[in-house]
Amino acid sequence: MSCWQTIQDYGLRAVGIGERLLPREGFDLCQQFTLIGSGLIWNVYFGLLALLVGFFIANAVALCKTSASPWIRKPAEWFVLVFRGSPLFIQFFLAYFIFLRIKQAGYMPWLTSAQAGALIVLVLNTAAYSGEIFFGALRTVPRGEVEAADAYGFTGWKRFVSIIWPTTMRLAWPAYTNEAIFLFHATTLVFFSGFPTWRQQGDALYYANYFADKTFNPFIPYPIVAFYFILLTLILIGSFGLVNRRLNRHLPKERRTRLKFRPNIIR
Amino acid sequence: MACYLTTGKHFGFYWSFVTVLVLLAVTAPTALLFGFGGATAARSQFLPLRWFGTTYISIVRGVPDIAFFLFFVIALDQGFEFLRHQYLCPDWTDRIWQGNDFVVCSAAKLPLGNAPQWVHEVYGFLLAVLTFAIVFGAFAANVLHGAMQAVPRGQIETAEAYGMTRRQAFWHVLVPQMWIYALPGLSNLWMLLIKATPLLFLLGVEDIVYWARELGGTKQARFSDYPHGDWRLWYFLALLVFYLAFTRLSEVVLSRLTRRLSHGQATIGATA
Repeated sequence: MSCWQTIQDYGLRAVGIGERLLPREGFDLCQQFTLIGSGLIWNVYFGLLALLVGFFIANAVALCKTSASPWIRKPAEWFVLVFRGSPLFIQFFLAYFIFLRIKQAGYMPWLTSAQAGALIVLVLNTAAYSGEIFFGALRTVPRGEVEAADAYGFTGWKRFVSIIWPTTMRLAWPAYTNEAIFLFHATTLVFFSGFPTWRQQGDALYYANYFADKTFNPFIPYPIVAFYFILLTLILIGSFGLVNRRLNRHLPKERRTRLKFRPNIIR
Repeated sequence: MACYLTTGKHFGFYWSFVTVLVLLAVTAPTALLFGFGGATAARSQFLPLRWFGTTYISIVRGVPDIAFFLFFVIALDQGFEFLRHQYLCPDWTDRIWQGNDFVVCSAAKLPLGNAPQWVHEVYGFLLAVLTFAIVFGAFAANVLHGAMQAVPRGQIETAEAYGMTRRQAFWHVLVPQMWIYALPGLSNLWMLLIKATPLLFLLGVEDIVYWARELGGTKQARFSDYPHGDWRLWYFLALLVFYLAFTRLSEVVLSRLTRRLSHGQATIGATA
């Protein structure tokens, strides 16, 4: 079987297109690269969507944490504490069983699928982590900038949107980049927690694990996963770097914040 | 109810908390040792050693940790068996990797085929500890490497002016002073380590996640006579609370420690 044939059969296997059964023999490099690469679709799906939705929730959480009213502040603080203080792995399990209860009660059965349920957990998790980052940045906005805004007559919402928020983003961006990288790495946990894998449509690590189980040789599939993830990380750093450049464009060169690749991968 | 919660199976569950704590207690110093080695290697003057140190740090940090957990457990197991095989059965002629199988002579099997159950469990646990230590050692190496560079240059220069050799300056001046710079990073790492312990489950150790699934579930054929429905929700809620309490406690203790250690140091924490 040629490699092109393998790519046609398994290139989109993770989303259910192509060959039904996973390969049972051969296990050559081409097969492993193709199947693990097709699993990467789910990692990108979870990562991108969680990042996008989580960004908005994180901003809301950060704002709530600065609120003077304890009725708004306390829930936000508890939200951050719970999601940052416990392992993501346990959160996946707990969420799965909660969703299972909801399903048994007859509501929203789609919640127990990994594609919806795990995504919700990832969104909330990244919202808590990046909410804390944004909160920290919000508190370090230079006082002078706020005073200048006051002097120019900016008030309320307008002052926030055009003065405080852009500076917050600028200050938070390097840390937020790292958070985005952790998030993509954390997506590999999904199919190893409670969520079932429907028709063996798993993510990159799921297929790598499959190959390692079948061949008793961990030295090929796991380095392939590593290769794909290093690639993904580089793409992320590149695109976040573009945003960072835009956020810093008004500053003199030596005052610009640089992106540093410093991931602490585990949640 | 109280009677039910003290069955033998539940004691297995309670013991697994001890397993987690033992893992933390053993892994933390080992990882620190690995980290120290990695950091020292990364700033060595001997080029291959420096390459080794920097590669170790950057590869482990660039890849999802769980991939490493899954990889190292098999890789270390095969590595040990391969070494023992070379040593114990030198006149073995068959190939070790036969297609999709990994075959070593029976004397080199780890643990030995006739070993009792607890040896298997301890061996699995040790593999897990080693894996955790390798992965977290890389994180610690990164933190310590940064801390070594954060010690003011003047301190080393003073040591050199007093006629200390490179080694003396390293052990008597640099190492005692770097800890305060390393502490914020290390306490962050401790939190990460706590939050990584449920991954033990993936390494095949019977830890708290294993027991929570086992005891809460109803579908096991052997234990179909659990007197309750699906309780996994509550067991995992208990785990969540356990971890929350644990991380919160660590946070309080570590912030106290930081305050105490920064006493009399020229850092922002002490002067402010």
